[in-house]
Order: sequence, then structure tokens, then C-alpha cells
Amino acid sequence: MIRFILLQNRQGKTRLAKYYVPLEESEKHKVEYEVHRLVVNRDPKHTNFVEFRTHKVIYRRYAGLFFSLCVDITDNELAYLESIHLFVEILDHFFSNVCELDLVFNFHKVYLILDEFILAGELQETSKRAIIERMGELEKVE
Amino acid sequence: MQSSIMNTFSSGTRLRDMIRAIRACKTAAEERAVVRKECAAIRASINENDQDYMHRNLAKLMFIHMLGYPTHFGQMECLKLIASPGFPEKRIGYLGLMLLLDERQEVLMLVTNSLKQDLNHINQYIVGLALCALGNICSAEMARDLAPEVERLLQFRDPNIRKKAALCSIRIIKKVPDLAENFINPAIALLREKHHGVLITGVQLCTDLCKISTEALELVRKKCTDGLVRTLRDLANSPYSPEYDIAGITDPFLHIRLLKLLRVLGEGDADASDSMNDILAQVATKTESNKVAGNAILYECVQTIMSIEDNGGLRVLAINILGRFLSNRDNNIRYVALNMLMKAVTFDAQAVQRHRATILECVKDSDASIRKRALELVYVLVNETNVKPLAKELIDYLKVSDHDFRGDLTAKICSIVAKFSPEKIWYIDQMLKVISEAGNFVKDEVWHALIVVISNASELHGYTVRALYRAFQTSAEQEILVRVTVWCIGEYGDMLVNNVGMLDIEDSITVTESDAVDVVEIAIKRHASDLTTKAMALVALLKLSSRFLSCTERIREIIVPFKGNFVLELQQRSIEFNSIVARHQNIRSTLVERMPVLDEATFVGRRAGSLPGAASTTTATSVSLPNGVAKPVAPLVDLLDLSSDDAPAPSSSGGDLLHDLLGVDLSLPSQQSGAGQSSNSGTDVLLDLLSIGTPSAPSSSSTVNILSSNASIEAPVSPLDDLSSLSISSRTTSNAGAAPVMDLLDGFSLSPPTENNGPVHPSITAFESSHVRLTFDFSKEPGNPQTTIVQATFINLSSETYTDFVFQAAVPKFLQLHLDPASSNTLPAAGNGSITQNLKVTNSQHGKKSLIMRVRIAYKINGKDSLEEGQISNFPRGL
Repeated sequence: MIRFILLQNRQGKTRLAKYYVPLEESEKHKVEYEVHRLVVNRDPKHTNFVEFRTHKVIYRRYAGLFFSLCVDITDNELAYLESIHLFVEILDHFFSNVCELDLVFNFHKVYLILDEFILAGELQETSKRAIIERMGELEKVE
Repeated sequence: MQSSIMNTFSSGTRLRDMIRAIRACKTAAEERAVVRKECAAIRASINENDQDYMHRNLAKLMFIHMLGYPTHFGQMECLKLIASPGFPEKRIGYLGLMLLLDERQEVLMLVTNSLKQDLNHINQYIVGLALCALGNICSAEMARDLAPEVERLLQFRDPNIRKKAALCSIRIIKKVPDLAENFINPAIALLREKHHGVLITGVQLCTDLCKISTEALELVRKKCTDGLVRTLRDLANSPYSPEYDIAGITDPFLHIRLLKLLRVLGEGDADASDSMNDILAQVATKTESNKVAGNAILYECVQTIMSIEDNGGLRVLAINILGRFLSNRDNNIRYVALNMLMKAVTFDAQAVQRHRATILECVKDSDASIRKRALELVYVLVNETNVKPLAKELIDYLKVSDHDFRGDLTAKICSIVAKFSPEKIWYIDQMLKVISEAGNFVKDEVWHALIVVISNASELHGYTVRALYRAFQTSAEQEILVRVTVWCIGEYGDMLVNNVGMLDIEDSITVTESDAVDVVEIAIKRHASDLTTKAMALVALLKLSSRFLSCTERIREIIVPFKGNFVLELQQRSIEFNSIVARHQNIRSTLVERMPVLDEATFVGRRAGSLPGAASTTTATSVSLPNGVAKPVAPLVDLLDLSSDDAPAPSSSGGDLLHDLLGVDLSLPSQQSGAGQSSNSGTDVLLDLLSIGTPSAPSSSSTVNILSSNASIEAPVSPLDDLSSLSISSRTTSNAGAAPVMDLLDGFSLSPPTENNGPVHPSITAFESSHVRLTFDFSKEPGNPQTTIVQATFINLSSETYTDFVFQAAVPKFLQLHLDPASSNTLPAAGNGSITQNLKVTNSQHGKKSLIMRVRIAYKINGKDSLEEGQISNFPRGL
């Protein structure tokens, strides 16, 4: 199960933080700080997996952005690595060539997309097209 | 598309403007100012109950929240928005709910009703919003309240709702496992779905159900195993489908979820395992392994094969896949291979052993994640036959490893070496290498164990001390190496100098007595040496002073400066040792005899097999004094029984003199296991001797009964002086023979007390429960009738050892109580030893009132706290 998802830039600014387990506000800040420290200086040739407390963080870097998932120690690391990529493809498709600024100004939409992709810490939909279509529908309802 | 969303923030671009304004800030102070202004405006708007801008305000608040500013004042607004009728308001409201609140906040209670309404809403998008919020922040109470709605939504016509409801159900059954049975049937129905989203969530729900409820497990196993196998086969054989294709594989995520559920079903059930063999074999052989997606499936498949009931052929397949993974150039793949091989060890250690060389290479990888996995794997691969080459590799690597990694690596090497060492010399060799390379990472119990092993290997004493001497020349910066070297030189310095016990493999070295003293001097003067090392060095010097007579004067010169040391421990040792070196040549050699061989058996008992064959230390090596008095001295040093940190001497007219003159500390042997003396006679005798200076029977100094002879030989001139130069303490020990101090003090009891101070008071059993017995022995300080010295002895009546033993006592105001440190904080089981502790009670109403005391005894049995309390009122009269 995914414990939390973080989207941070190289400076450590959090662009998206989604927690599927309850954490104190102060604890969240600590987690964000620690995860950023863990991933930011890793050699790109190294594994995309870092042990973090009793869990592990699967992260992937896209330009200056780090997508980090914290998952259970027994979870399939490779599958989550692939799911990060799927999420990025969806964002890329939705914003057509996504960049960090898109995520800053449209943070609420990023959350919406994420809510269509992952729910309760589990994958909800694996089809890029289905999610994009769903977003279209939601916007029509607005 | 975007403009339509922006419309939701009504009159425009204020959210955008705010973000721009914040981004334009050059400093943190500027940013704070902007945020403060915005927050003020939002508060004002909230106060005016401005409905039009509410959802825009909340969106802004969410952004501010992400920057880390407090936004709790917006929480109620979320609830209001959720309660409003329109989708855009609700959407922002639920988003805010998930972002600003979580399941622990009281406010959440208020939202349950809105959620219930929205779950029943006719607009399926609103139902979707409610499900999403519920799935992400649902608490146990909400789960109970809303489970029926969610259960119903599992059969909703729109698949988007069904899949959300399925994941929501997972959260619900995790929060309230009792609800699981309601979800079993609807969940099973989801497994027949064609829609991937619904299917994958349904599979996940079933997996979680099976983990929570055995009823669900059996039902799913019976009804669905074949269907799931079919679904997986269809999926694996499905033609290219652009919607779900990732790197040429149709929906790898669904593959993985299915394999995972099959694993749960196959575990412990031969039939179910049997029915999935074919498809697992197919997935394991046919899946493309050049991309992450394919490898992820293979990885999951291997896990399933290794978890379900044994099928030899499949397991060979799985091990082969892992072998391929291990030689992959992608670090991620190697990482998961190491992860899985760890599990494979349990059923096919042989196959894993074949990859040992590769795994060993991984220990040296530059990536910490890989190193850690690999080290753990190597650790489980070590056995008696391969320990030598593996330990060599690891120790060689220790020399070049990252600083961060050394701690882990050192601990593992020590553990491996200790566990599988074929012979003592090899063990000592390896440990010496480790402490020379990474001594600072070696834990105390490890080097204590090493010393115990050295102590027991009498034929290797000379070899070891010479090897340590050599190692010290190159690695003097390793504290632990310094300690062990200093200890060994103190004990076996003569063997070093005389090349005693040369082994064939050794080159002879020429070390003079002065060279050996050099080592200890370097150790004691080394800036980095800590208290323990220095204290050990002092003891070593004392020992050498008698072994190397040519260096006696020099040793004294090294010891003397410590008389002014700020650390009481060192200061006192220095004064005492100086006195021994300077004035007591005649007894010195016996006093500093080689330490008795440490008992490996007791040590092994205590350490529960962390050491090879047999290794031990005497119980006297406890590092900390009981009752929380930390004693920063190497335990081994204490074996010399010249420690000095015990309680202040009881004072009396005679004793005062002694006390003032010499600052002597006398605490008494905790357990007089020797010559059958009464338990308090030793105390009295010693006190008498000291206060009165009576010569006791003359004796030769050739026995271990040094103290008694010491006291008598120079008497009557300065017995006090002599005695006081040694402060005597000892620890409770279950092994009386191991501690020479017992003998030393028994010597006292042989010399009869020449004077009796006042009446002798009978001992009492002060407290007794089914677990512990406490007896008090009394003595009086001469000339001070108000003060009573009480020696408390604790006996463990149960069959469990007590640890962290603490005794506390309280007395009424007319009494004054002083507790000395206890002899130990561990009380061996079944009366196999005792703890003693001295109490000094001063009765200001002496002769009028009797003593009375409340006591509390706290200890741990197997880590569990236990507490006993009682009142003691049966003190003998006249105390």
C-alpha cells in the first residue's frame, strides 16, 4: 500500500503531498524534508529505491522534479516505479508537455488527477485514456 | 479546458494572482507578508460569510497550506462547501477536507452526514467525490457508519463508482476488520468484471479481504482460483491493446495484482497451488524481460512461485530468473534480485550459494541500498564451510568501505566471525583485523567477548599480545584496539617482552620492557582516549609496575600526574596505585597477579550465543552500578578489584579520622561466599580494624589474602594508611571463585575482631514475598550510637533472573537515611546469588523511637516491570 506520495522540486519545495495514512502536520513536514534529503543527491545510476524508516521510498526524477512514493517493505518496487511513470505520462498528456509551473498553478487539478489514479493508497485505474476522459467529464460538470 | 476550471474560482484569476505574487517574492519575509495579507483577507471574507468567493478562498488556503503555513481557520469552510449543493463547491470542499484535515480531527465527525448524503446522491460525480474522500481519510467510526452505502455502491452501474467503492471498502475493512464479511460476496462478484479498473480494484479488495478473514480466504480460494487463473491467462495472451499497453505488455499492473492474489490463495493449499502452476510457468518463461514492466511481472511471479506450495520445477525457474536479475546491469533489478534471494535461501540455500561471488560484489556496490541488501544476504549465506573466505572478503572490503556503511559492516563481520569461527586463533586474528580497521565501530560487548576468549586461550596469550603490539604501531587511532592492547599488555606484558609461547607462524620481535610501557603511556596520554581507556591504562600500568621492575619508577611518573585529574575515578585510581607502587613492593606482585581466567560458560549464558564455542566474562564486569549510578569504567578493569567509586566511608570517631585523612572508600563484599563467616562479621571486622588500627594476625604475603597481610604487616604504624590506599569494592557474583576480592576479604574474617562496639543486633528478614527476600544485618559505628549501618541483602526466590533491580527506601522525619549504591542491578534466579546494598540510618530520637522504614523494590523480569512495596517495622530495639 502507498503511504504517501510526494512531488518535490530540487530545492525541496513540495508541489504535491498526498498522505494515505494519518500523520501529524509537523510529522508531515519532517517526512517531506527527510525524503527530499534522501533522494536529491542520489547518483542517477543508483537504484530508485531507498529505505526510509520502516518503509521504502520509490522515487523517480523528471527534470527538476522528484516523484516519491512511500510503500510497504514487501511491495513490488518495480511496479511502483512503473506507476510513477504512468502518472507522469497522464500529467504530460493532460497539460500537454507538463512543466513544474503547470503543477504550481494548477495544483488542485493535479490532486484531482491523482484522485482518479490512486485511491486509499492503491491503484485505481491503469488506463491513461480512461483518466484523461474522466477529467474531461469532470470539467464538463463544473 | 483550463478556462472552464478557472471559472470555478469565480471572478477570475485571484488564485493565479496570489500564486504569482508569492512566486515573485525574493525573500522568505516577503513571502510571509504576502501570505499574511492573503490570510487576513480570507478570514475577513469568511467572517462576512461571503459565499461567492468561498471556494476560491479555500483553494488559496490549500496553496498556502502546501507552503507550510497554518490554515486551520479554513477547516469549517471545507465542511460548509461540502454541504453546499453544487459540484464545483463540493469538489473544492472535499479536496480541502483531504488536504487540511485527516482522520484524527474532531471536525471530521461533522462531515459524516454530508458524506452519507453524497454517497446517495443522484449525481454520480458527486458520489465519486464522496467515495474518494472517504477512501482517503475515513476513520473507524465513519467506516462503521458508511459501510452499508459503500457496500451498495460496489454494484453501482457506472464502473468509475464501482472501482472507487472497491478501494473505499479496503480502507473500511482495514479500519474495522469486523466489517469484512459483509464485503466478501460483492468483492467476489467484482472478479468477474471485464473493466480493468474495476477488476484491478476488485482483485486488490479480495487480496486484503483474504488477509483479514480466513472465511474470505477459503471462499475466494474455492470459488475464484480457477477464474483468476483464466483471467491471468487471457491477460497474458491478450493481443496488443493500446489503452493498457506498457512496453509491449498489456496492463502489467493487473498482471501483478493477479499474481499477488494467486499467491495469497496458493499459500498453504496444495490444490490451489497446483491449479496455478501452468500459468505461473507461462508467465515466468514468456514475459519479456528487457523493460521495467516485464521485470516487475517476473519479480512478482517469482515471489508467488516461492510462496505457494512446493513445485520443484517452478522453483528452479524462479531461481534462474533471480540469477538473471542478479547479473542485470540495471541496479534496480539487482536490488530486487537480492531482496528475493533472501527469501529463496530458506528453501534452496544451495542455489543461492552459487551466486555468492556476485552477491559479495554487490556488498561493495556504490549504492547504499544495494550494499545493505547484499550484506544481509551474505550474512545468511555464511556457514562453517565458507566462513573463512567470506570473512576475509568482508574484512578486506572494510578497509575501503564508506564511512556510513562501516557500522553495519563491522557489526555483521563480528557476528559472523563469532558465530562460525572454527578455531580460537582464527577468531582472534579476525577480530584483531576488525578492531584495527574499524575499532571505533565495534560494540562494547564484542570486545568484551574478545577479551574473554583471549583470557581463555592460554596457549595464545603470547601470540595475541604480540599481534596487538604490532597492530597498535599502525592503528593507534582505533580506540577499541587501544583498549584491548592495553589490557593484554597489562596482563601478558612479560610474554610480549620475552617472546613467550612463540607459534611457528610468527616472526619474532624484539620488544623491551620500556617499549611495552610506551604503548600504555601513549594510550593514557592520547588526547582521544576516553575515560575507560585511561582507566584501563592505569590498571595496566599498575600491573606492569610489578612485571617490569626496571620501569617501576617511570610508571610511577606516568601515574602521578593523574592525581590531579578532574575525573574522580582517575584521580582516585592514580592516588591508590601510586601508593601501591611506591610503598608496597612486597605485596605488589601478588596484588597484581594475572587475572583469573574469565568464565566462558557464564558469559555464553548471558550473551545467548553471540560468541564462538565458549566465551565469557565474569559477572563482575557489569559496566554500570545498580541504582542508576553510571560507572564509566571498563568492566574488566573492575576485575582488579581496585575500583574506587563506592560510597563514602561510614564515619565514626575513629572512622572520621580515617575518612578525613585518607578519603577512604570502603564498601563491603556483597556476598561473602567464602569461609562461612556470618554475613556481617566482615563489615565489623573491617571497620574495627580501620578505626582502631589493631594489628591482626601476621600472615605471609604469598597468599591471595593480601589485604589482611597488608593490614598487619606494617601495623601498628600505619595500617589505616595502607588499607585506605586501596578502596575495596566488589560486585555480587554468582561465581565466587572468579573474583579474588572474595578471598581478599575473607582474609579479614580470619582475624578475629578485637573489640566489639556495643551490643550486636540480630539480623532480621525485613521483607519477604514470593519473589524476593530482603534481610538486614546491622552494625553500629563505634562511638556513634545514633547511626546504624544496615547491610541489605536481596535474594531472588523465583526462577527468573531480575534485571534493572532498584531498591528504594523511605523513613519518617526523625530518621535520616543514606543509601549506598547496590552491588549489582541484576539478581540471579533461585537464590544463586544476591545483591547487597548498604544503608546508613541515623536516628535522631535514638533510645526513644525504633527504626521504621518503607521500602519499594522494582525490577524487571524478562523486560517486564515488577514492583513490590512493604513496610519494615520489625527492626531490633535500640537501633
